[in-house]
Amino acid sequence: MESTLGRVGLWFGLLIVAVLAVAAAKDTGFAIHMAIVGAAAFILLWVTAGNYNPLARAQSIFHMPEGPSRYDDDPVRWGVLATMFWGIAGFLAGLFIALQLAFPQLNFEPYFNFGRVRPLHTSAVIFAFGGNALIATSFYVVQRTCRTQLAFPALARFVFWGYQLFIVLAATGYLLGITQSKEYAEPEWYVDLWLTIVWVAYAVVFIGTIVRRHEPHIYVANWFYLAFIVTIAMLHIVNNLAMPVSLLGAKSYSAFSGVQDALTQWWYGHNAVGFFLTAGFLAMMYYFVPKQAERPVYSYRLSIIHFWSLIFLYIWAGPHHLHYTALPDWAQTLGMVFSVMLWMPSWGGMINGLMTLNGAWDKIRTDPIIRMMVMALAFYGMSTFEGPMLSIKFVNSLSHYTDWTIGHVHSGALGWNGMITFAAVYYLVPRLWNRERMYSLRMINWHFWLATIGIVFYASSMWVAGITQGLMWREYGADGYLVNSFVDTVAALHPMYLMRAFGGLLYLGGAGIMVYNMWQTLAGRLREEAPMRDAAYDPQADRPITTAVPAE
Amino acid sequence: MANKPGLNQRIDEPTGTQTVGHQWDGIEELDTPMPRWWLWLFYLTILFSIGYVIAYPAWPLLSKGTEGVLGWTSRGQLANELRVADDGRAEFRNQLAMIPIERLPENSQLMQQAVAGGRAAFLVNCVQCHGSGAAGSPGYPNLNDDDWLWGGDLKAIEYTLTHGIRQPGHEQTRMSQMPAFAGALDDGQMNALIDHVLSLSGKGKPNAAGAQFYADNCVACHGPAGEGDRAQGAPRLNDAIWLRGSSREALREQILQPRMGMMPMWQGRLDPVTIKMLAAYVHSLGGGEDFVEVAENPAVQVDEQP
Repeated sequence: MESTLGRVGLWFGLLIVAVLAVAAAKDTGFAIHMAIVGAAAFILLWVTAGNYNPLARAQSIFHMPEGPSRYDDDPVRWGVLATMFWGIAGFLAGLFIALQLAFPQLNFEPYFNFGRVRPLHTSAVIFAFGGNALIATSFYVVQRTCRTQLAFPALARFVFWGYQLFIVLAATGYLLGITQSKEYAEPEWYVDLWLTIVWVAYAVVFIGTIVRRHEPHIYVANWFYLAFIVTIAMLHIVNNLAMPVSLLGAKSYSAFSGVQDALTQWWYGHNAVGFFLTAGFLAMMYYFVPKQAERPVYSYRLSIIHFWSLIFLYIWAGPHHLHYTALPDWAQTLGMVFSVMLWMPSWGGMINGLMTLNGAWDKIRTDPIIRMMVMALAFYGMSTFEGPMLSIKFVNSLSHYTDWTIGHVHSGALGWNGMITFAAVYYLVPRLWNRERMYSLRMINWHFWLATIGIVFYASSMWVAGITQGLMWREYGADGYLVNSFVDTVAALHPMYLMRAFGGLLYLGGAGIMVYNMWQTLAGRLREEAPMRDAAYDPQADRPITTAVPAE
Repeated sequence: MANKPGLNQRIDEPTGTQTVGHQWDGIEELDTPMPRWWLWLFYLTILFSIGYVIAYPAWPLLSKGTEGVLGWTSRGQLANELRVADDGRAEFRNQLAMIPIERLPENSQLMQQAVAGGRAAFLVNCVQCHGSGAAGSPGYPNLNDDDWLWGGDLKAIEYTLTHGIRQPGHEQTRMSQMPAFAGALDDGQMNALIDHVLSLSGKGKPNAAGAQFYADNCVACHGPAGEGDRAQGAPRLNDAIWLRGSSREALREQILQPRMGMMPMWQGRLDPVTIKMLAAYVHSLGGGEDFVEVAENPAVQVDEQP
């Protein structure tokens, strides 16, 4: 009773603050954001007050774990649903901006021009789709590999809902034109502060769960999750240090300026790739691949060495985003050599993942989830080779500012992050909702092929586009003068842009099939279908005969 | 823990490798040694990096970074590449600087190089208004045709480029102004005038009232037959080329509140040789006129084709 009252009071207080902030806001964007915060507070107030009835508690979305003998999986279930919801939103935004690049008429001013939808796409897929997948799987994995319940269940729920509020504020902000213009760190100061609170709560839940583990050692997946959580906290706070113009307005100014700002930004940006999209997803890989393959992890020693070398080297590689700029030469050199040294540590994860299939390679033929994991690891290996290669200054002088970079990012994002997330979700859904299996394994196979072909279209068209662009920009005629204008290169790339959008459409189509498959699984249905298997194999017949059969 | 044999260690059957001996939710780990090729490639990248940081600027010290034994800097590389490119063109630029533009067509090789250089400069400086194919757009002249507002021989083009059009505060700029006729005409007069202007190029029926108004107000610049006047940049009205549209509405707007184009003066922004090359390029696009006849007697119309 008292705690309910206390919480009602807290939400009421937040609601009042939000209403005051709307009233006093200096710009519309800030007012709309505060209205969203107020609406969230109002819903919480309403739900908390409604929850006073202890019977209603059971059905509420703030359902707490039933007892110490079960894992606390509610935040994981919501997280899986949120992952798919934001995934579809993000892919759709991606397809839309791909079409905008091919057909500029699709820029609907002012809310849906490329400049505003592009950060919506990147944040939706990285932070909303990827972030929810990371939070959900980390809560799932840490409980099971520590054989204990989540520490601080209430805080874990706050992490989930707080993170959704962050996503909504960020996404609406982009469309309203609220941005601090830092790539992958566009949200303004108050949204950053909110994310900091949520992220610290996340760290507390995760570390608290590890501290109360019932296993003597910490599993390798948890090292990677921990590295991801701690480093992202550091990156987020430092890169977003800013001074608001007014406490009642959205605008702020960065604490850094000039080349220092650029370096801080790319130290952040590169390590968002390194610790969010690499370390975090390697953690997923280290749990779900051995589980799905039912095989031991290939090499414990490799996991130690590649973990520490990856963590140590990644953090220095950011300056390779600023080759041939005002950044001093020495910093560019260091950015490059640390990126080159990063090649093998990155590949350690790929080797450990792929070789875990030793003794279970036949599952690639029969298990579409394993197929997705193998494809994810293959793309991981490919883009972590491509990355160090692009960081070499000689290569970078051609590739920088071209679509090659976009192709590189997407072979990693669609191939590695997307595929491993899909595989993990396919693994999780039947277990979380207590179903025998997914509604249809053949649909998983369809998803696999649509996604794979989509990536091939996307990545290869952007490679061709990027190299074309780079070569056209630097093309000199026999007389020693530049041959092409910028707009010539834009016109030359149009067919590639169409192919890219087509690839994105295939990828989105695959995700659509996944949503349908999940929907049916949650509804408790099983599709009647022929099992995924091969032609009959008789090991007895599959051998040479020792005595020749004479001809008739 | 890998070194301490535990009770749970076992040999994994398919691979024949020993496990480390721990389990997390059923996941075990094998004690496979690191792949040699992986380790050696890792060492190799480290060795490459050590070599690279010795050769190139790398380590930050108190006041500046180490310079590297090769003495390479990115600014130095750029300066070097620019110098090499400039050296390669130095002779040609000298020749071009020496030759008066009216004599340029006599040297076909020099002309060809000037056109190539002009094209590159055009793509950087001119495409924003005139388009990458120099085809212009409403209000921005097409440079591929032979309809010239201020003259289309090399010298006239060079002059236009050098001094610009309607550049405030520059005495030599191409300057003229068409008066606004807002309030001077009622609807009937306006329609009559538009009829007459359109009839000059065969687009409409002749109109006596319009012809009278034209003769009183327009003929001084646009000429009795609408042939225009390059000395004042007054457009030809008796051809098929209309900078701001040939609809009645477009004509009405242009008569009531004339819009007149401006072009930057490139003198001071580009060097004279580049301006010369630009003139050669624009001249080469298809409508370039032979300068000699015009230079002898500017009143003679060389361009007889509509």
